[in-house]
Amino acid sequence: MNRVLIVAEHADGRLNAAVAKCVACALTIPEADVSIVVLAAEGTAVAAAAAEIQGVSRVLLVKNPANEPALAAVLAPQVAKLADGAAFVLGPSTTFGKDLMPRVAALIGAPQLSDVMAVESATRFRRPVYAANAIATVEVPAGRQVVATVRVASFQAAPGGGTAPVETVAVDVELPRTTRFVSVSAARSDRPDLQTATRVISGGRALGSADNFKVIQSLADKLGAAIGASRAAVDAGYAPNELQVGQTGKIIAPELYFAIGISGAIQHLTGIKDARTIVAINKDAEAPIFEVADYGLVGDLFTLVPEIEKLL
Amino acid sequence: MRRILVGIKRVIDFNVRVRVRPDGAGVVTDGVKMSANPFDSIALEEALRLRERGEADEVVAVSIGPNESQQQLRDALAMGADRAILVKSDAALEPPAVARVLLELARRESPRLVLLGKQAIDDDSNQTGQMLAALWDRPQATFASKIEISGETARVTREVDAGLETIEVDLPAVCTTDLRLNEPRYIKLPDIMKAKKKPLDVVELSSLGADAAPLVKIVKFEPPPQRQKGVIVKDAAELVAALKQKGLV
Repeated sequence: MNRVLIVAEHADGRLNAAVAKCVACALTIPEADVSIVVLAAEGTAVAAAAAEIQGVSRVLLVKNPANEPALAAVLAPQVAKLADGAAFVLGPSTTFGKDLMPRVAALIGAPQLSDVMAVESATRFRRPVYAANAIATVEVPAGRQVVATVRVASFQAAPGGGTAPVETVAVDVELPRTTRFVSVSAARSDRPDLQTATRVISGGRALGSADNFKVIQSLADKLGAAIGASRAAVDAGYAPNELQVGQTGKIIAPELYFAIGISGAIQHLTGIKDARTIVAINKDAEAPIFEVADYGLVGDLFTLVPEIEKLL
Repeated sequence: MRRILVGIKRVIDFNVRVRVRPDGAGVVTDGVKMSANPFDSIALEEALRLRERGEADEVVAVSIGPNESQQQLRDALAMGADRAILVKSDAALEPPAVARVLLELARRESPRLVLLGKQAIDDDSNQTGQMLAALWDRPQATFASKIEISGETARVTREVDAGLETIEVDLPAVCTTDLRLNEPRYIKLPDIMKAKKKPLDVVELSSLGADAAPLVKIVKFEPPPQRQKGVIVKDAAELVAALKQKGLV
């Protein structure tokens, strides 16, 4: 049996959708026995949501006011202690997991595999390197603890309907006080989350201004879609950084992706490779985005996008 | 001496279209331009700005790699680093080993801040800074888009999925850089000449006594699956009709 411990990401009492994808990844490890640990101030609702993911054997709940807001330096020693006996310790390849998991790996003396996209056996895994211009198959020594982050765009979420027991546990470790949370500026939005949305509408530099992003918002409203942006649009100040789609932003896999006024730099294409259907709208017929788009439309976005919206 | 240690990794230049070798044993590197990892250049720029603001007295650039990495360290010296250290290793080190080597250097140099890129654009691991912070038992501030030092603490704004998070860390600490922290300065010709006179120490990896044994074996590299090029539709109506037919809208 391979014991797998997944670290749950959560905020505002809600479990992050990436956790069910980590479970899906964990269940592809041979003879996996999957536990989820929720480190929270209170966490009952989050633990209950984690317990509903099918394939999970048990949920460990660690209650401590120091656990929220999450700080890697505070969570890592607790996860390291709970990782005792686990063959694999997994977290999502989100900024939460990227920040935390290597710190855990160093504390337990394990190697880390970042952005696991496929499990081939209990010792063989596949992960992207060189901005996903190459896929590496890597092998870890048998019988050695391994930490990994899961490339969430590569896995379909494990379904709900499970009934795993929730166990409240105490972790006896000293927590550092040298890192302190100050604030977070998160845009409140009723839109779907960019990383898990089934439809995403992204705008690029051709939008020309933050104000012109309204064109994108209007279409997104009509389709119930999340909004994204290219790095160029974010750098130009048209959209906030958390909307950036691409190698250094968010890597997404929606059913439908609209790239509007985005030329299609490799960096951006890396972030959308797993989208099921890509639609590109650009006035430059030679733009590289058309090389990967399932449907391309050449023309002025300010004319075409409202037209599309009317036809929906 | 208030010192900042900056990590510089020699990688394939970010403008190069990386291709997998036909034998799958690696990627094509023959005749390919090599440069400092772009996130590391951002780290160096930030260290120089902190020194210029009076928050540091010395900036030390460190690389771990083959002898050719001296080129990237000379560039770092030309940008403005005060001195450089190359830990020579022909074998590529995994992030835990890099973290252990940096830990050894941190013990010797006692920096108040270690600034690293959030990831190297070759293996895209995004691990070294966090691992160093854990081994050093110091705070970490990853994915930084703003760093302000005041007294013995640093206030760091981080690019996280939700937006921008600000944390405060006691120094010494490890900080990793994101894209929007700064734009690295260009190197001027006179600075290249001056950099030749700055100290660049070369030490053998084995002399540091850090465990650098590999744990992860790379079995093979493959090119990623390519998407098929689709169709160009003539107008909005044809696009919407196609999407409706596929049940996508």
